Amino acid sequence: MEAETSAMAQGMRQDEDAKLFRLSTERHEEADSREYADYSYARETLGRFLANKGATIAVVIIFAIVVLAIVCPMLSPYTYYDVDSSQANLLPRMPGLEQLGIFDGTRNGIDYYAAQGVPDAYHYFGTDSLGRDIWTRVWCGTRISLAIALVAVVVDVVIGVVYGLISGYFGGKVDIVMQRITEILSSIPQLVIVTLMIVVLQPGLGNIVIALFITGWIDMSRIVRAQVLKMKNQEFVLAARTLGVKPKDIIFKEILPNTLAQIVVTFMFSIPNAIFLEAFLAFVGLGVPAPTASLGTLINDGYKAATIFPYQVVAPVVVLAVLMLGFNLFGDGLRDAIDPERS
Amino acid sequence: MAQEGATVQRTPKRGRSEMGRYIAKRLLIALATLFVILLVLFLLLTLMPGSPFNNEEKLSPDQIAALKAHYGLDKPVVERFFLYVWNMLHGDFGVSYSIQTNMPISSMVGPRIWTSVSIGLEAGMLGALVGVVLGIIAALRQRTGWDTAATIIAVLGVSLPSFVFALALSYFLGYKAKMFPIIFDTTHPFISSVLPVIALSMFTLASVERYTRSEMVSIMESDFMMLAKSKGLPKAKLVIHHALRNTLISVITVLVPLLVSLMTGSLVIEKIFSIPGLGSLYITAIQSNDYNVVLAISFIYSVMFILAMLLMDVLYVVIDPRIRIAGGR
Repeated sequence: MEAETSAMAQGMRQDEDAKLFRLSTERHEEADSREYADYSYARETLGRFLANKGATIAVVIIFAIVVLAIVCPMLSPYTYYDVDSSQANLLPRMPGLEQLGIFDGTRNGIDYYAAQGVPDAYHYFGTDSLGRDIWTRVWCGTRISLAIALVAVVVDVVIGVVYGLISGYFGGKVDIVMQRITEILSSIPQLVIVTLMIVVLQPGLGNIVIALFITGWIDMSRIVRAQVLKMKNQEFVLAARTLGVKPKDIIFKEILPNTLAQIVVTFMFSIPNAIFLEAFLAFVGLGVPAPTASLGTLINDGYKAATIFPYQVVAPVVVLAVLMLGFNLFGDGLRDAIDPERS
Repeated sequence: MAQEGATVQRTPKRGRSEMGRYIAKRLLIALATLFVILLVLFLLLTLMPGSPFNNEEKLSPDQIAALKAHYGLDKPVVERFFLYVWNMLHGDFGVSYSIQTNMPISSMVGPRIWTSVSIGLEAGMLGALVGVVLGIIAALRQRTGWDTAATIIAVLGVSLPSFVFALALSYFLGYKAKMFPIIFDTTHPFISSVLPVIALSMFTLASVERYTRSEMVSIMESDFMMLAKSKGLPKAKLVIHHALRNTLISVITVLVPLLVSLMTGSLVIEKIFSIPGLGSLYITAIQSNDYNVVLAISFIYSVMFILAMLLMDVLYVVIDPRIRIAGGR
């Protein structure tokens, strides 16, 4: 009985199938290429990033500041080191804007430019107590600050990634010893270590970079280690090991590419931190030696005269603030775009 | 170890002794770490160039040798280190060489620690309080003007260094509006600490705000909140009794490391407002090569840092029973 009904049902279904479906005359390769859009991880991430307005604006601002820092000192008629006592402490003056009554080099109705005998000079951000053009100095300073931060952070990445990969991959005794070392290093507040290193090494461009990366790599190594621990027991690593791939190749060719996203995000957040530490050192009196200027030393110089000539400190502080804000927003956007689960 | 951890939940008495053992173990590790740090700091500062004595170029070699012998600087480094540790255990951090010659460091540092710590704690409390309130408002009024405003404050506070706030506050509220003194006045400590405390609290405020908001949002969407809501609890009770409690528990654990950042963050703030605290002494000591002072203050900062980390680890275990000692590895 049962077999009979099921056979009948089957026959009916076949009839219906024939009504509903028919053989395709089309080649499936063509159908595939028509039905599916191009997909790539990079494009998907970029799309998510661009949807974040704050982060996109941040990128544009960072780009603008970098361009200004490269171009402005070249185009400016002044240099960052030329001292001219006849032009000391001039207020900001810009062509165009001066018609509107702002940035016209006057205060309380007195035209400082005419009073000091340089009526034709234009100092966009004014001059400091030695008559140096602050516009030029600010962009040169931005250059130096960015360069210090970039070099320090790139070294951080290299040391941190290698350290984290080795510590995480080999585990066991190697890991214990390596982790104790980072634990001790990170038990000293970073500001203290950086200051002491500069005290011992003496202030200078190279030494500031050294002081910054001496503890800067620790965060990076922790993040990379955590990623490696998560990944090293997954099937693709096991497969590589079974096939006899050398540890060096497993680490650098299998695991490293998978931690890249995290590394880039950490990299982005380290840059504003390095810029801040450099500014901090300068503010404590351990910045790059004069006449070289960084944003930090400019703020420190301007701060001394802040109550009489506030414009001298405003320009570098604003550039520093915008730069740090930009990098933080950029980092936030990048993290959310790369790892949408977390936000 | 894992088995012992499992029995902890059942018998509170044994749990406490387990806890005690955990704290004791952590304290021992902390002490060992401090010893290593002291050694590293000591060696670093022996390498420090320059001389700690004022106007050394005017002294004859004999006089310098006599000074060095007087302060024990002619002995080998290892001997000096152990002598230093021994004296330190007896509360003697040595004397200052150049800032206030022959002044014992403990009496230079003592009163200043209190100034710095009180400003740090005030900033911490202000930041935590305002941060939590802003975070809750942002979480309850998601995607409104309130939320956006709180997010903007958070981004600014996390991104901008505290000295930017300090300079802005002292210029606008101090110098222009003359509402608060721009230089710390020890006879009116409260009114003069208003601006530095606000400037210092911004980072804590912003971090706490961010954290509170995200915690609160995820708790509001959790199953137990749904259950409470479906039982018809009034909104106020829902928020205060259920959401807020769970949020605050985890906020406490992020607060402790923030307190440490307040200690070192005060370095710059103390300089801007001329506050007679630990940070300004540290900067003076660095600039005048007074290395006993530098060593002592660096060490004090490290001790604070390690204590705070220890406190945080212990708080985690005490507050959140899901994190158990055995599972902590």
